[in-house]
Amino acid sequence: MRVEFITGNIAIAEGAITAGLKLFAGYPISPSSEILEHLSMELPKHGGIVVQTEDELAAINVIVGASWAGLKAMTATSGPGLSLMAEGIGLAVMTEAPIVIVDVMRAGPSTGVATKVGQGDVMQARWLSHGSYELVVLAPWNAQECFDLMIKAFNISERLRIPVIVLTDAVIGHTREKVIVKEPHEVKIISRKRPKNPEDYRKPFKVENDLVPPMTFLGEGYGILVESLTHDERGYYRPNTATHAMLVKRLVEKVRRHKNFIADSAVYFGDDVDILFIAFGSTARSVYDLVHDLRRKGIKACLFRPKTLWPLDTSKLILLGRKARKVFVVENNTGQLVYEVERILKTDNVISIPLISLEAPSSNEIWEVVREWL
Amino acid sequence: MIHPLDKYLRLDRIPHLWCSGCGNGIILSALLRAIDELANEGVLDPRKVVLIAGIGCAGRIAFYINFDTAHVLHGRAIPFAMGVKLANPSAKVIVYGGDGDLAGIGGNHLIHAARRNLDITVLMVNNFVYALTGGQVAPTTPKGVYTTTTPRGNPENPVNVAQLVTACRPNYVARASVTHPILLKNHIKKALMKEGFSFIEIISLCPEVFGRHIGFKSAPELYERLRKIIKVRNFPKSLDEIVFDWEREITIGEFIDENKPGFIRSILGVSRET
Amino acid sequence: MLAISGEVINVISKDNGRFRVNIIIDRCKECGLCVYVCPRRVLRISNRINKLGYRTVEPAHIERCIGCRSCEYVCPDFAIFIEVVKK
Repeated sequence: MRVEFITGNIAIAEGAITAGLKLFAGYPISPSSEILEHLSMELPKHGGIVVQTEDELAAINVIVGASWAGLKAMTATSGPGLSLMAEGIGLAVMTEAPIVIVDVMRAGPSTGVATKVGQGDVMQARWLSHGSYELVVLAPWNAQECFDLMIKAFNISERLRIPVIVLTDAVIGHTREKVIVKEPHEVKIISRKRPKNPEDYRKPFKVENDLVPPMTFLGEGYGILVESLTHDERGYYRPNTATHAMLVKRLVEKVRRHKNFIADSAVYFGDDVDILFIAFGSTARSVYDLVHDLRRKGIKACLFRPKTLWPLDTSKLILLGRKARKVFVVENNTGQLVYEVERILKTDNVISIPLISLEAPSSNEIWEVVREWL
Repeated sequence: MIHPLDKYLRLDRIPHLWCSGCGNGIILSALLRAIDELANEGVLDPRKVVLIAGIGCAGRIAFYINFDTAHVLHGRAIPFAMGVKLANPSAKVIVYGGDGDLAGIGGNHLIHAARRNLDITVLMVNNFVYALTGGQVAPTTPKGVYTTTTPRGNPENPVNVAQLVTACRPNYVARASVTHPILLKNHIKKALMKEGFSFIEIISLCPEVFGRHIGFKSAPELYERLRKIIKVRNFPKSLDEIVFDWEREITIGEFIDENKPGFIRSILGVSRET
Repeated sequence: MLAISGEVINVISKDNGRFRVNIIIDRCKECGLCVYVCPRRVLRISNRINKLGYRTVEPAHIERCIGCRSCEYVCPDFAIFIEVVKK
């Protein structure tokens, strides 16, 4: 391992390299372009390929194709680019292709402010594509976590054969911090399951006990069919309710069943809780300061910081939420994560603190709003 | 295994669901014959073939061929194929799709793959209409013709796809037709063995949708109409000689045949420099 | 006629001593293209209805067949193919 002083974007790139990334296809978009640029210089040194595609639509489809041909593949973009990848995410879900998508959020909607922070993609990251499906969204809050959670993102995508989205933002992406960069042999790396029996190579969607099929690759010559229509275990189109319902339910269940392997969070001052703050990403950095300030003033404030936004670490959240008198969900949008918190806690003490700010809101700015509620 | 090409088909899905007289069946037959001949000549290993199909009647070829196949999103077969080829340069990657899929929604990807000289073979089935969804106007529909979305006659000019792709100057561009199956098979054989980007636009028959909408009552009637306008001309001196006019002439033949380095050679050459 | 899988596949098989026309009955979709392209007018649509509900083609004038394979190349359904008769 080595110590580097790098931005969140570069840490994302380095985390991907350690995790075994071998193909990056992307399109330049502020504030994520440094990931593409850094990898275009570094990834070939590790035997990988970087290609800048003609648009985001091509990028997402290139990485699904590369994943199906056997490589660990990823792309990086921002809000508007992610919107363009909607259909491609559906393809990854339906064909169970392991891919990682990094969304360095910026102020939206639409073109918004390309170089400034926003947190408005919480819902988009989860629900962007059509149809019924489940995927995983991770939310680092500093450069070190950008590195570490990228490895976790690849591991989850490979283990469950799903697309995983890593949600950072313009502040995290461009803030330079100390990062301990680990080498591949120093971390746990998971790769997609392969068939055990020779006859299973022709069934790219054969269900096993953990609901995740082993993967045969395109180009290995087993004559497989990778199918975006609803299909059976051989990939044959089967438009009947029995097959379709079974497939769709399995795509959802395979994520839900592995929640313990996925969900993660950090809790600060969780022992005695009067006021619970919930925040993620760059906003959480300011709330962290605020909680420390409040503790010094004798207020029993606690911060629950989700590292996985979808699914949230519900058991820990419920434990804290039940103890708190008031729960403040602080986010740099008009209120998105708060709906998930309300749904999970089912109490009436959840208060949305939506702060639109082009810079990460300071702890004072947050306190000015929160104290009105106390 | 009765028919000599049966070994290349997923027989549990034959007969295929394409209409009576569908050009896709004729093209599939020519494609398999081309692969069979190349395999017998010892220059192609069928197990290395990966065929990526888009959405549409043409896209359904993915069900029937007994190679590695993928049935992906509308218009996105080419980027998916690029991902496969970059990940596995030894795979023989073929993209098969219709005119709406490859020249309409996927037009941007077609142009970029051609100018990059990406090492894939793209077979574009041109039946002048969006057939699977019932006969809506397509980028290649002749002007003035009835379709379900241009019931008063198509007001648009069609795109001459082979001419457009020729202008991007990839290594191989040809136009073929189901009315000339041996020429079609020969073009496919050449395209499959070339480095760089090879593209064949294949004029096809759609008797049930296109033919029926413009008044042809059977597949042979539409076939006869096509035969009248198909003219063979190889290596024209200018792009203007590549004609695409439903009333006058549709030029078929080979339009470019060059040997510039393909994208894989360029990108792997660049990567190895570091 | 028996296929390798063991199921019975019905084929019309007729030859004129030089070339044999084989028609896989249950694949034919009565499109008429083979009848149209045959330069010797060997084929015609019969009255025999197959499993798909179509009337299959038959080699009514097999004696005229020159083995050009135009029918085989134009058939969209892999329903007809020519063999050279082995001496």
